[in-house]
Amino acid sequence: MTWANVAIQGILLGGLYALFATGLALVFGVMRMVNLAHGDLGILAAFVALFIVQSFGLPLLWASVVTIIVMFLVGYVLQRGLLNHTLGADDTRPIVVTFGLSIIIQNGLIMWFSADSQGLDAGTIENISVKVSDQLSIGWFPLIVFLAAVAVIGALEFFLARFKLGRAFRATSDDREAAELMGINNKHIYALAMAIALAIVAVAGVLLAIRTTFDPTQGSFRLIYAFEAVIMGGMGSMWGTLLGGIVLGVSQTIGTQAFGAGWGLVVGHLVFLTVLAVRPSGFFAKTVTA
Amino acid sequence: MSNVVLELKDVDVFYGDFQALFKVSFKVEEGMTFAFIGANGGGKSTLLRTIAGLQRPSSGHVLFHGEPVDQFPAHKRVGMGIALVPEGRRVFPSLTVRENLVIGAYGGRKGDWNIESVTELFPLLKPLMKRQASSLSGGEQQALAIGRALMSNPELLLLDEVSLGLAPVVIKRIYEAMVLLVGSGHTILVVEQDVQHVLTVADYVACFLEGKVALEGKPADLTSEAITAAYFGM
Repeated sequence: MTWANVAIQGILLGGLYALFATGLALVFGVMRMVNLAHGDLGILAAFVALFIVQSFGLPLLWASVVTIIVMFLVGYVLQRGLLNHTLGADDTRPIVVTFGLSIIIQNGLIMWFSADSQGLDAGTIENISVKVSDQLSIGWFPLIVFLAAVAVIGALEFFLARFKLGRAFRATSDDREAAELMGINNKHIYALAMAIALAIVAVAGVLLAIRTTFDPTQGSFRLIYAFEAVIMGGMGSMWGTLLGGIVLGVSQTIGTQAFGAGWGLVVGHLVFLTVLAVRPSGFFAKTVTA
Repeated sequence: MSNVVLELKDVDVFYGDFQALFKVSFKVEEGMTFAFIGANGGGKSTLLRTIAGLQRPSSGHVLFHGEPVDQFPAHKRVGMGIALVPEGRRVFPSLTVRENLVIGAYGGRKGDWNIESVTELFPLLKPLMKRQASSLSGGEQQALAIGRALMSNPELLLLDEVSLGLAPVVIKRIYEAMVLLVGSGHTILVVEQDVQHVLTVADYVACFLEGKVALEGKPADLTSEAITAAYFGM
C-alpha cells in the first residue's frame, strides 16, 4: 500500500508541475517563443501574493485573485512592450532577453524580500486529509492543486477549441502572416497569450507557496521541471503537459521512496531523458507546422 | 472617369538592400479584373503583399478609394475591404475547413458572403467541412483559401498565383468562379505566371519585369509577340 500511496502523491505533485508548465507550453505553441523567465515569473507571483497579504491584510484567497489579475496585466504589458520586439529576426533574441529577465526578477526579489525562505499560510486546509482506506489517505490540499490543474487545462483547451479568440490563437500559431490577412492582430494575440500564461503560472506560484516554502532563486528549478513536463507531453498539447507533469511527479516520488531522499530528482531527470530518447516528440506529439 | 478603387503612386519596395519594385504606378477601377503577369522574381507577389499591407513601401503611396493606406498594417486593411489570397494558399493546416472559413470572417465586415454562399461557389468544400485543412488536396486548399478570403467580404480581392500546381480542370473551375465574382461587383487583382488563362478573364494586363511594368494594356490590344517580349525582357 505504501507504493500506491507514493504513486498517488506523485500524480498529485504532477498537477503542480503541469500548472507551472501550461503557460510555457501555451506561449511556445502560439508564438514559438521559449520564455526562460517563466519559472521566475511564477515565483514572482508568489511574492506578489505574499506582499498583498502582509501589506493589506487581505485573506489569502482574495490576495490570490488579485495576484492572478496583476500577473495577467504584467503578461500583457511585458509582451506588448518588450518581448514582441524580440520576435521575428532570429530565435536567440527572445531567449537572451528572457534569460536577462530571469536574472533581473531573481535579484530584484532578493533585494526586496531578502533571500530568506517564505511561506503562504492557507490555514487548516494544508493539513487535513481524506482517508481512502486504513493505509491510504490523500491530503486535501494536494488534491485541490491537482484538480486546479485539470480545471485550468480543461478551460484552456475549451477556450482554444470553441472561442473566436481561441481560434485566432490557433490560426496565429499555424501561420502568423496568413492570420494577419484574416484581420488578426498578432501583437495583441501574443500579448493575450502571455497574459493567460502568467495568470496560470500565478495560480501555480501561489499553490506552490502554500504547499512548501519558497525563495527568490526557486524559479530556475521550476523552469526545468516545467520544460520536462512540456517536452514529455509533446510540444503544444495541454493534456500532454498534464501527463508529462504526472510522469515527472510519479518518477520523483517513487525515486525517493526506492532510493532515499535526494534520489527523487535524479530519477525524475533520468525518466525524462529516457522519454526524450525513446519518444523525442513526446506522448501527444502534434504536428508542428514549420 | 469611373470610380478608382485602388491607386499606386511611384511605389518602391525593398527587401533589405534588394529593390523589388521600382516606381510602380497604376489605377484599378471598380469591377475590373486587373492581371499582372511576368516571370518569377518580377515583383508580382511583392506588389500584392504591398497592397495587402504585409510589405511597406520605402517611398510612394498605396491609395484605396483615394485615401492613402500606408500607415495601416495588414490586419486593419482586411477590415477596409482588401483581401489577399496568398501565394501557396496558406490555409491553416491544424484548423478544420469550417474553422478556416469562420476565421476568414474575423474582421466582422458586413456583406453577402457566409459559409453557405461560399460553399455554393465552391460545392466541393461542402462535404469537407469537418476535415482538417492539412488533409485537403491542392485544389481543395485553393478553393478554401479563396473562400476564406471571401468570408471577409472584400471589395478588392488580390489573388496570387491561384492556378500554380493545380490540375487543369481545377484551374478552369477557379477561373469560372473569378468571372462570377466580378459579376457580383468585386474588383480583382490577379497575379499569374500562366498567361493563357488570365488573358481570358482580364480587362487589363500589366507585365512585370524586374520590378517594373514592361508592358500594359487591354488584352485585345496586346499581341502575343509583345507579351512574349515583355515577359522575357527581349
